[in-house]
Amino acid sequence: MIFNKNIKNLLIILVSTLALSACAAGKKSASGSNDVYTGNATVKYLASGVKDRVFFATNRSALTTASRDTLRKQAGWMRKNKNLNVVLEGHGDERGTREYNLALAEKRANAARDYLLTYGISGKRISVISYGKEKPVNSASTPLAWSQNRRSVTVKTK
Amino acid sequence: MKKIFYILTIFLFKFNIAYSLIEVDITRGNLDPLPIAVSPLHVDSQSDNYQDVKTKELGELISSVVEKNFRSTGLFNPLNKDAFVQKPDIAHLKPRFEDWSLITAQALVTGKLLIKDEKLKIEFRLWDVAANKEMIALAFTTTPSNWRRVAHIISDKIYERLTGETGYFDTRIIYVSETGPRTQRVKKLAIMDQDGENTKYLTLGNELVLTPRFNPTNQLVTYLSYFRNKPRVYLLDIETGIQEVVGNFPGMTFAPRFSPDGKKIIMSFAKNGNSDIYTMDLESRLVEKITEDSSIDTSPSYSPDGKYITFNSDRSGLQQIYIMKSDGSGVKRISFGDGLYGTPVWSPRGDLIAFTKVRGGKFYIGVMRSDGSGERLLTENFYQEAPSWSPNGRLLVFYRETKAGKEGEGFTAKLWSIDITGYNERELKTGTDASDPSWSSLLSK
Repeated sequence: MIFNKNIKNLLIILVSTLALSACAAGKKSASGSNDVYTGNATVKYLASGVKDRVFFATNRSALTTASRDTLRKQAGWMRKNKNLNVVLEGHGDERGTREYNLALAEKRANAARDYLLTYGISGKRISVISYGKEKPVNSASTPLAWSQNRRSVTVKTK
Repeated sequence: MKKIFYILTIFLFKFNIAYSLIEVDITRGNLDPLPIAVSPLHVDSQSDNYQDVKTKELGELISSVVEKNFRSTGLFNPLNKDAFVQKPDIAHLKPRFEDWSLITAQALVTGKLLIKDEKLKIEFRLWDVAANKEMIALAFTTTPSNWRRVAHIISDKIYERLTGETGYFDTRIIYVSETGPRTQRVKKLAIMDQDGENTKYLTLGNELVLTPRFNPTNQLVTYLSYFRNKPRVYLLDIETGIQEVVGNFPGMTFAPRFSPDGKKIIMSFAKNGNSDIYTMDLESRLVEKITEDSSIDTSPSYSPDGKYITFNSDRSGLQQIYIMKSDGSGVKRISFGDGLYGTPVWSPRGDLIAFTKVRGGKFYIGVMRSDGSGERLLTENFYQEAPSWSPNGRLLVFYRETKAGKEGEGFTAKLWSIDITGYNERELKTGTDASDPSWSSLLSK
């Protein structure tokens, strides 16, 4: 039974990974496909080893391998703590128009949400809000700051 | 506003439509601005002293508002008053044209004001100096506190007479006032006269507010508010201050604008990572879905006849500009240049669409025809976006942000305007940092 369940989970992951990479390939573009932030300077932890945020490339909402790893750990943490709910806050950088950023940041937070759902976390426990480019974590006008600002942050709502 | 302001009388003493020598061609930019003399309004000797502003000062203030308006166009060069030889009262009756032409004035504005029984009566005349002719003479009666609006209306009449275009001085601009550090920015809705005077704040700054836009009669504003941390499109009545959420959407609504008849709001609704365009009829509350696509569709703007909608979509992979019929059919991409295109907004004349373009790490404000042809970039900068048309379709107002240093230092957000000729780029002074400007229509039509 347990073995079966694991296989089922694995299949879901495989399928969703395929779907995401297909999507990413379809939207591949000239601008910024490799500018995802990989550092930890702005990261906070929801629990030991569980990062609170994932990062995105310019104009993109696809999850990277590292992002999926982070979200997998968040899902495990949510499974262990059945009473807590989260809000996923989507953000963009200052290099896009305001309205498009609102939509893009919503899409980013939903990409994270969809991934959590594939791990069997109930949709009722996850809400989403987009802040567009309105709440940067780094105020500077540098590629590093922009990469830190393109993010989806998982926040405990209790 | 309209209620307290009333024009009792507009006397057309003489509206001289005969061919005159002065003509300002506003399609060519401001290479050779027209020298104009604005003589201070003289005070009628029967005037009472107005309580707040001394009557004589009022005459000077009105003429200086008119002068400032003219200077801001880049089309006129108001001459220094020190050089004026003729006294205002005499000039108003019968200018000695030789004197005015000696100081190179080609047009002359004269006027007189009378305050009697709490009423302000203003008369002004526009003279063609070379042709020795009066071009317009008008008179207005209002309450003295409305003197600024009268100054703007006078400016509009003169502008119209000299350029053949509708004026835009008796208008207001609504925008988002910004204060505080970037990571904790406080944003409020603010409204000011087109020349930066009379700023009033419409929200307190307790919640994030974005993208305010006027309805056609300038009494309502639609905008995005994060009230109770739920981003939704709201409607605000400027006079009463009453706000209400637009529709009952189970998610974020944003990028609102009014339809040209003011009956609908068009906006985006984001759900499960997909943003589509919807309209809501303000009377029947009927909601209609206009676009149906898995990509981001946002920043919708109607054509002035209401038959078409231009919007922004990344259905091709990246942000581009599209048009469609107002029922959502016949979607057609119109931007094909190098780079990304956003924030399309249809000119009130119907011929052009203004947009923001991103290319090579720079931001441009530009215009193209509604079929996508004739793209012209008007201004390039580090960051600028969100153009909004002046009601006569001759200027765009937008906001520009500067590059921030390591801790966010040096960051500013300011309003700018530019002629669609690409000339006369100017900052519009605001008390605080500012973004998301939206230009009203003419207040008195």
